[in-house]
Amino acid sequence: MTQIITTPNIDKPDDFYEQLLAIHEGLTKQQSDNVNASLILILANHIGDQKILSEALEMAKTTK
Amino acid sequence: MVDVRYNIAFKLYPYAQVKDQTADKPKRHKVVVIGGGPIGLATALDLGLKGIPVLLLDDHDGISMGSKAICFSKRALEIVDRLGCCDAMVDKGVVWNLGKVFHKDSKVYDFNLLAEKHHYRPAFINLQQPYFEKYIFEGIERAIENGAPIEIRGRNRLTSLVQHDDYVTLDVDTPDGQYQVEADWLIACDGASSPTRKMMGLGFEGRIFEDNFLIADVKMTADFPTERWFWFEPSFKGSGHSALLHKQPDNLWRIDFQLGWDIDREKELKPENIRARVDAMLGDKVDYELEWTSIYTFQCRRMEKFLHGRVIFAGDSAHQVSPFGARGANSGIQDVDNLAWKLQLVIEGKAPKSLLNSYSEERVAAANENISNSTRATDFITPKSDISKTFRNSVLKLAKQYEFARPLVNSGRLSLPAIYDGSSLNSADTTNLPDRTRAGAPITDAPLADGWLLHQLTNGFYLMCIDAKAPNNLKINGIDINTLTLSSKDHPILAERYLGDAKSAIYLIRPDQHVAARWYEYNADEITKALKIASNNNGKAL
Repeated sequence: MTQIITTPNIDKPDDFYEQLLAIHEGLTKQQSDNVNASLILILANHIGDQKILSEALEMAKTTK
Repeated sequence: MVDVRYNIAFKLYPYAQVKDQTADKPKRHKVVVIGGGPIGLATALDLGLKGIPVLLLDDHDGISMGSKAICFSKRALEIVDRLGCCDAMVDKGVVWNLGKVFHKDSKVYDFNLLAEKHHYRPAFINLQQPYFEKYIFEGIERAIENGAPIEIRGRNRLTSLVQHDDYVTLDVDTPDGQYQVEADWLIACDGASSPTRKMMGLGFEGRIFEDNFLIADVKMTADFPTERWFWFEPSFKGSGHSALLHKQPDNLWRIDFQLGWDIDREKELKPENIRARVDAMLGDKVDYELEWTSIYTFQCRRMEKFLHGRVIFAGDSAHQVSPFGARGANSGIQDVDNLAWKLQLVIEGKAPKSLLNSYSEERVAAANENISNSTRATDFITPKSDISKTFRNSVLKLAKQYEFARPLVNSGRLSLPAIYDGSSLNSADTTNLPDRTRAGAPITDAPLADGWLLHQLTNGFYLMCIDAKAPNNLKINGIDINTLTLSSKDHPILAERYLGDAKSAIYLIRPDQHVAARWYEYNADEITKALKIASNNNGKAL
């Protein structure tokens, strides 16, 4: 059974994080929200598995 | 006094005095149906065709004006087909497959319903509700000619009722004053604001959506295609947050505008204000007439259970959904389908009263599914928070460019028939036969050598044997079971849908064309057991 990965899995974490911030540069709050929403949808589709998505949503919820 | 609450499109059953009104004591009827809408009429017809005497009381003398429900789904059509009323509907109705979704002034994508092939009836037709009702009424007239015990009394309004252990006393108002009748069973098909439900003080809980929708049905000969067009945040002036354009017969077009919560109803309903919105949508050059207009708000809610002693609720009186997804009238027709055969068995003494609990059980589950679907569509169309609007608009932006986001766009989902998974009438399934035809599922139609499968399953319980043998004329606990024997060789589509990889199969099918049980081969004991489960009758004296 596949489970959500909670150990480090990103090849180049610093590169990814830099790019994540970069795409938001110069955007208004609403534009940033739009970009984030699209990013979530794109990644969710890539993952696809409802069980993993559900676990990810629950994990995220705890950080509110 | 029987107040006139609305205008009549077709006057069908004018008031006439009957003997019951001057009888010394109240006449007892087997079944009384309250309400002459699509659900009440279909209930009367289904019971009447089964030979159960039924009296329908309606406080008007015909069918109400206004298109109201316009989308009828395949399963509802198959049910009215069993009642002999479907051909006229499909002949008159508009069959459609194509839809377009717009965001502001640009197209997000278009879709084709691509209905599965090899079904007799189309996935959907558009037909204004008064026609749907009229064709069922004509079915009632034909049934009466052939001896079906159906009576309709116009301008007879239920004003109060008293429940006893095994019957109900009804006070009925007419233009000639009050009278009383009694009913062994009362079926309330009197709509979302059901007076019967209110008289009984029963709850109707759920969610109210803070939004107003303006409907304008316009008559025009303009050359718009037969497609469903839906706009999110349309750019044409005054259209509100969403808009819909959908074709009906008689050159009529349904237009819906989502106006928001704080509106001045009277002002918005003024013809000149409606025309301003429609002009902006269709363009100034288009000639049209306003045929019917209305402003509605909506709720998603249901009764806790649909059976209360001798009173049974069906259709909108029992459950109400938003219009997105065509799950109102379509689910009401499935209520009728589910209820009629059960009530017949109970009245004929072939099943215990407890069988009717399964009506409530199965149709409450279906209502939950419909409410969930309709709520999801509504939450997409009318986002309730900033973040839900952000997600909604991101979905629309992505959908324009990327196919993956299109399944997330929700302007109303296709109304699919309920599958009664987990129903107490289902027998355990130990086969690996196809999932779609499991116990609880409605029969999927299939072409036969000389006709269609569903047309063979219109009169009670059936044992469908594919490449398997079973005795003819089985009778268990007084219930007849018809045998239908078919070969996979002559029927490849049937084999695909009902056998899968198996060599043979036997299906026990309920009178509402839902699967009750299935096996690979004939086994008398198993079939007896399954029929007892499906009729809630363990064989003891009732």
